Amino acid sequence: MTAFAVHPRTSAAGRAPSRRHALFAGLCLCCLPTLGRAAESFAMEEVGPGIFVRKGLIADATPENADAIANIGFVIGRTGVLVTESGGSLADGQWLRAEIAKRTAKPVTHVVLTHVHPDHVFGAGAFVQDKPVFIGHAKLTEALSARGEFYRKRLVDLLGEERTGPVVYPTMTVTDTAEIDLGDRRLTFTAHGPAHTTSDLSMIDSGTGLLFPADLLFVNRIPSLDGSLKGWIREAERLKALGAARAVPGHGPVTVDLAPALADLAGYLTALRDGTRAAIAKDVPIEKAVDSVAKAQRDKWALFDTYNGRNVTVAYQELEWE
Amino acid sequence: MTHRIGNTVIALGVALATTALSGPFAPPARAAGASDTDQERAARWQEIAKSIFGDRQIAPTETLVKIDAPVRALDAALVPITLTMPDSAQIKAVSLIIDDNPAPYAAKFEFGPAADPAELKLRVRVNNYTDMHAVVETQDGKLYEAKQFVKASGGCSAPMGMSDEEAMKGMGDMRMKFADAQPGKPVEATLMVRHPNFSGMQMNQVTREFTPARYIDKLTVSAGDRTVFTMTGDISIASNPVINFAFKPDGKPLQVAASDNAGGRWQHSFTPPSPTN
Repeated sequence: MTAFAVHPRTSAAGRAPSRRHALFAGLCLCCLPTLGRAAESFAMEEVGPGIFVRKGLIADATPENADAIANIGFVIGRTGVLVTESGGSLADGQWLRAEIAKRTAKPVTHVVLTHVHPDHVFGAGAFVQDKPVFIGHAKLTEALSARGEFYRKRLVDLLGEERTGPVVYPTMTVTDTAEIDLGDRRLTFTAHGPAHTTSDLSMIDSGTGLLFPADLLFVNRIPSLDGSLKGWIREAERLKALGAARAVPGHGPVTVDLAPALADLAGYLTALRDGTRAAIAKDVPIEKAVDSVAKAQRDKWALFDTYNGRNVTVAYQELEWE
Repeated sequence: MTHRIGNTVIALGVALATTALSGPFAPPARAAGASDTDQERAARWQEIAKSIFGDRQIAPTETLVKIDAPVRALDAALVPITLTMPDSAQIKAVSLIIDDNPAPYAAKFEFGPAADPAELKLRVRVNNYTDMHAVVETQDGKLYEAKQFVKASGGCSAPMGMSDEEAMKGMGDMRMKFADAQPGKPVEATLMVRHPNFSGMQMNQVTREFTPARYIDKLTVSAGDRTVFTMTGDISIASNPVINFAFKPDGKPLQVAASDNAGGRWQHSFTPPSPTN
């Protein structure tokens, strides 16, 4: 429905604030955004000077967890706050916004939309009122146009209209690289080729040297393939070459040593690639390949049984035309 | 800045499904079609069967045709189906019907003298929790049906996230893979066709336009002048169709002629391997 596809520049200002917004703006503490029971276990961790990250649940979206399954957070700079990941729903984004307000009075000037997946973009709705720059990959607008409403409907089914929020589009897009200066620190963005999705954007903070690869890096949780398997293997190499020692993965611990985490990721992706290629070469049909490819990786990843077969299906379609 | 995309009709191939995302959603508790009773499903099938086969009797069969499909699809836009028809000499044609898809009649295969229809595989989209029916017509003109229930949703409307242009790249390209041939035995072959098979249900949310349905509607495989099969297809066939079948080789190349509903025509020829002992 058009009413909910907010293009921040055009229609956000005209959108009537909800009752929840009104109360929140009035600082009624009893109405602070909540993520339900799961919220009690959520906490922001300061992973570097002025950098805060919340660990997402290693789970799929449920009504109880409000799709708070990705690692989200923010960077406080001299001139303002940059949201590194906004959350998986309006409710999740509202929770993050309240956490920011607890720590700084500086305005939210930038919100990063790291890629098209719902657990990484629906929190953005909570920040529309701040009129930040929404930063995304050059292909993100197209990807959100194609999928945003599809995702939104599914999320509404799960969470209800009120807690889901609008599809928010980028107002600044990155084709190759871009830089944002927050006064005392610079954030450098890289737009990646098709990998995890077709709209993956990574970021490095000059203040700490921390890399924010978003879902180009999964730790513990099985990577989910939705772009290009060969591309992802390539882009993972590119991440390595950026020279960062520590990273904030899209899913998993709030920070990790980059090299071993990338090695684990590459281990899975190459097992998926080689296993799928071998299946295709031996004429193992897709319905059998999903049960056998990459099985040796099973003990290394949470949610393996939920996603591996799906990953094989995607990989098979890509590789069978080689 | 790419704020809005004028009137460009955007990419909506199809490759997303219930569990596609890194933070996907569990299937909704009450997926469309999930709560229908067996009677409701049976009544719907009666209606569909009548519209396709008229008043002809369709007898249930456990032997003439069997459907193998995942009970729960990993990817609703690519559900692999195997139809097994062990008494292959008796089989004249087989139809696959996905009852709750927007266009239920997914495909019909009419077999010719060069076919061995013992096993046929294809990939389909499934839009709902649905019964799937395979109806075979035997050489004596009788109809028999088999049924399989499949849980999936959104396979026809799920967008892919690449532009129409990208999805249409190489449209009409084909490949054929042959299994090892043995003298006097049917040869197994896999035909791959590059084609987005747009369902017409994939919407561009910016332009509010649907990418028009564009799908392979006719595909004939023949060995010399003997037909292997002719497929009549529809939007329920997954993008980049892949069909696995068997044929009786006679040394001649296999000819494939395909057409789509928008006037596309493609022809390719493939040379099967010679038999080895």
